[in-house]
Amino acid sequence: MSDDTPIVLTVNGEAVRARVPARLNLADFLRQDLGLTGTHVGCEHGVCGACTVLVDGKLARGCLMLAIQCDGACIETIEGADASGRLAKLQQAFHRRNALQCGFCTPAMLLTAAELLRGNPKPTREEVRDWISGNFCRCTGYQSIVDAVMEAAS
Amino acid sequence: MKTVLRAPIGAAVPRDRAKRLLAGRGRFVDDIHLPRMVHMAFVRSPHAHARIAGIDTSAAATMPGVIRIVTAADLAAVVSPWRPTHNRFPTMAAPEQSALATDTARFQGEAVAAVVASTRAQAEDACEAIIVDWEPLEQVGDLASALAVDAPRIHKEMASNLAFESEVATGDAEVALARADVVIERTFRFHRHTGVSLETRGILADYDPSEQRLTVHQSHQTPHQQQDLYARLLGLPEHKVRVVCPDVGGAFGLKHHLYPDELAACAAAVLLGRPVKFIADRLESFLSDIHCRDHEVHARMGFANDGTIVGLAIEDRFNAGAYGQYPRSSIAEGNQITRLTGAPYRMAHYNAKLKMAFLNRGVLGHIRAVGHPIAAAVAEALIDLGARKLNCDALALRRQNYLADADFPLTSAGGVAFEKLSFMQCLDKALSLVDVDQVRREQADLRAKGIHRGIGFNTFVELTAIGPEYYGEGGQHISAQETCLLRMEASGQVRIHIGTTDQGQGIDTGIQQVVAGVLGIPLDDIEVISGDSALSPMGGGSWGSRGAALGGEVAMQAARTLRTNLLSMAGFLLQKSANDLDVIDGVVVDTVRGSRHMTVAELAKIGHFRPYTLPPDLPSDLTVTARYGSRDRMFLAGNGIQVAIVDVDIRTGFVQPVRHLVVHDCGRVLNPLLVREQIRGGVVQGIGTALYEEFRYADNGALLNASFADYLVPMAGEMPDIEVAHIETPTETSELGAKGAGEAGLAGAVGAILNAVNDALAPIGVFMTEVPLTPPRILAAIDRAQMDASKV
Ligand code: FES
Ligand code: FES
Repeated sequence: MSDDTPIVLTVNGEAVRARVPARLNLADFLRQDLGLTGTHVGCEHGVCGACTVLVDGKLARGCLMLAIQCDGACIETIEGADASGRLAKLQQAFHRRNALQCGFCTPAMLLTAAELLRGNPKPTREEVRDWISGNFCRCTGYQSIVDAVMEAAS
Repeated sequence: MKTVLRAPIGAAVPRDRAKRLLAGRGRFVDDIHLPRMVHMAFVRSPHAHARIAGIDTSAAATMPGVIRIVTAADLAAVVSPWRPTHNRFPTMAAPEQSALATDTARFQGEAVAAVVASTRAQAEDACEAIIVDWEPLEQVGDLASALAVDAPRIHKEMASNLAFESEVATGDAEVALARADVVIERTFRFHRHTGVSLETRGILADYDPSEQRLTVHQSHQTPHQQQDLYARLLGLPEHKVRVVCPDVGGAFGLKHHLYPDELAACAAAVLLGRPVKFIADRLESFLSDIHCRDHEVHARMGFANDGTIVGLAIEDRFNAGAYGQYPRSSIAEGNQITRLTGAPYRMAHYNAKLKMAFLNRGVLGHIRAVGHPIAAAVAEALIDLGARKLNCDALALRRQNYLADADFPLTSAGGVAFEKLSFMQCLDKALSLVDVDQVRREQADLRAKGIHRGIGFNTFVELTAIGPEYYGEGGQHISAQETCLLRMEASGQVRIHIGTTDQGQGIDTGIQQVVAGVLGIPLDDIEVISGDSALSPMGGGSWGSRGAALGGEVAMQAARTLRTNLLSMAGFLLQKSANDLDVIDGVVVDTVRGSRHMTVAELAKIGHFRPYTLPPDLPSDLTVTARYGSRDRMFLAGNGIQVAIVDVDIRTGFVQPVRHLVVHDCGRVLNPLLVREQIRGGVVQGIGTALYEEFRYADNGALLNASFADYLVPMAGEMPDIEVAHIETPTETSELGAKGAGEAGLAGAVGAILNAVNDALAPIGVFMTEVPLTPPRILAAIDRAQMDASKV
């Protein structure tokens, strides 16, 4: 469409050029335009946390940002974080502890937990619970997620 | 011959599939893109009840990207309406429903028109340009107004809004209650909510007219059921309909029904001959997903002075939705309440009445633990009150009245067959883990500091693994048996094709463990192929906690046949008796002489490539099947107890769960790692039911809180750690001995929290009976109690 806006950004270390409609949110852009379907959409109103990605190194909700706001930004999704190997310890702990059932919340949970451990390598259980309280999980009792983060931190 | 059930059966093995999900490589419906795929969005009724006087699509039709607009009249050519009848309940009303509403919308969110466009955004834009000429009608939102003589009729074909009435009776409860020394009487209210899977409902339907072939990818629990429904309702040959359920992002019962919008997407695919995708957004999910609960239960329990329960009478007023859910009908929640209330107790006199009415609300149906949380919470709250009145210990009162080992097997007062349940053992185990005296001391200390701590117990029965009779006699096309097809490849590795499905609970892994244990080959050499109606043998999918009991058992039987074949081949080749041989870690061993021989892979190669070296009548098939389903029983009953400890802040009304314990008996546990977290997940959902989750409606029937900002769900910060312990009473109806475990968490948590809150508030004279226990309700009850106290 003629009113699409050109954007240039970096996604998982790769340069991306795209033309996007003004209303396209970042989560939809990543999923639909770039095929990065590891970012999930659970509510589109900023509460469930399933769409969490990193924008310029900070956790952000992909459904609350527009793709055009990301012009010039550096985005990391679960696909990039997985490939970099930086989540390996958390992923192993999640696997061992069965910290996921359907796995729909999981990519965002991992990215969120990794940010906690970056700033606070030895959190308490309460700190873990508090930190992931913006990420809805309907399947687990959260406990295995807390266990896994604690295991990865130890 | 008894099958040897050995490791990894029962081992805490993590799930294979988890690795893919952890890498962001899940494949959920909305992740799938097909060539020429288009998107569908719906125009939904903003009114709880309204006549559709006309639909003007002319402006929408010319909008960018619009490919097709459909209304009920357009779909009528390709898709039939349906009625959720159930032949076991011939008096139940089953009004007709169709993919799009025809002349009347009967609940807010009912779909009345749809747009197919190049993108979802374009489809939504065009939906906004469709002008529906609404004539709002009077709406009814609860049973009393729905059954009033002058109530507006929701379905013109029905004489009233009464959907169903029934009565279950054992002995004479009225006489028993009249003679009782103490009668406890209360009315409980459990409000309406829903299942809230994080992944919303979604479907991608593709139709190829040249072959009449419909291929559906859908976030769903029951692929074969959907295959049958789509074939029948769209008039297609069943073998040309394939339903694939890829990764499913949570289901909890809300994804095992036919949804009109999903059927409309299939119909649109047929009309257009190309792939049509519909993914519900969160607002649509709250409005149009199956709802649950919404019961008012009036209950009276009678006791003799010595503590014996002499009778129980309940009346369940069940506020159903605008239609019955299809194909199961909506009856079960009320039905379970009338059959399960008080079920853990010896009960000579029992009466349970059910009255169910249609309302102008979303369709109400089967969500996890159908009816169980209500049945358990009502009885257990009455027991606590009974103990107060009789001035005895509530746990002793439970113990005195529990069904004990000597009582089994029996048919309960509610008419359910119990093989063997372990109420005493579960309570003993719970008391070994929670020091109640210590909790009481803490409670007293904390109360001195103004903190109101409470402890609540809740004994529950869990009905799992439904047998074929219920739906078979009901006339529904719902498979309650399972078939397993095992194929050993030439490498000796095995594929398990089975009709159960895995939405994350991990049943694929449990089944893999069973086959590994029976065959004696490594877990890594086995894969489960499920969730595809074309690849898996006809089966029921996953609902009602059936995976381990039915899927596990049938996989065991198939594996046993394959094992027999492998050992007979080895016996022939080694010239040894097959009885002396076993397979351990993929190698044939002579257990008598301790010698190791060929590998399973070598046997498989002979079986596939050099079969002529074996005698023709030697059992040597490497692809085998088994079929399993109970012939006579309705359910496999399990049981358990939950203990909740909570703190209630009487200034804010806020309830904080502090500690939670589950002792559960699901027979043989296939994988404790998976069972534990599934139970914890259920407990957290139950805490949500008990404390947060409730739909709120305006006077005109409009849903007020259809967003995550307003509809509260449990998040990590408020949830306690949850201890899970097991008692194992294997069922003797199968060799594996597993019962289901999926309902237990939710079944028991609600009543445990309710009783804990009431224990905390007892000193200030408050007894809560309305769930969820929200701060405003608790504060209002405290106010009322204080006013009453000041009057005295
Ligand atoms: S989809 Fe973004 S927070 Fe829920
Ligand atoms: S694992 Fe299903 S939502 Fe978290």
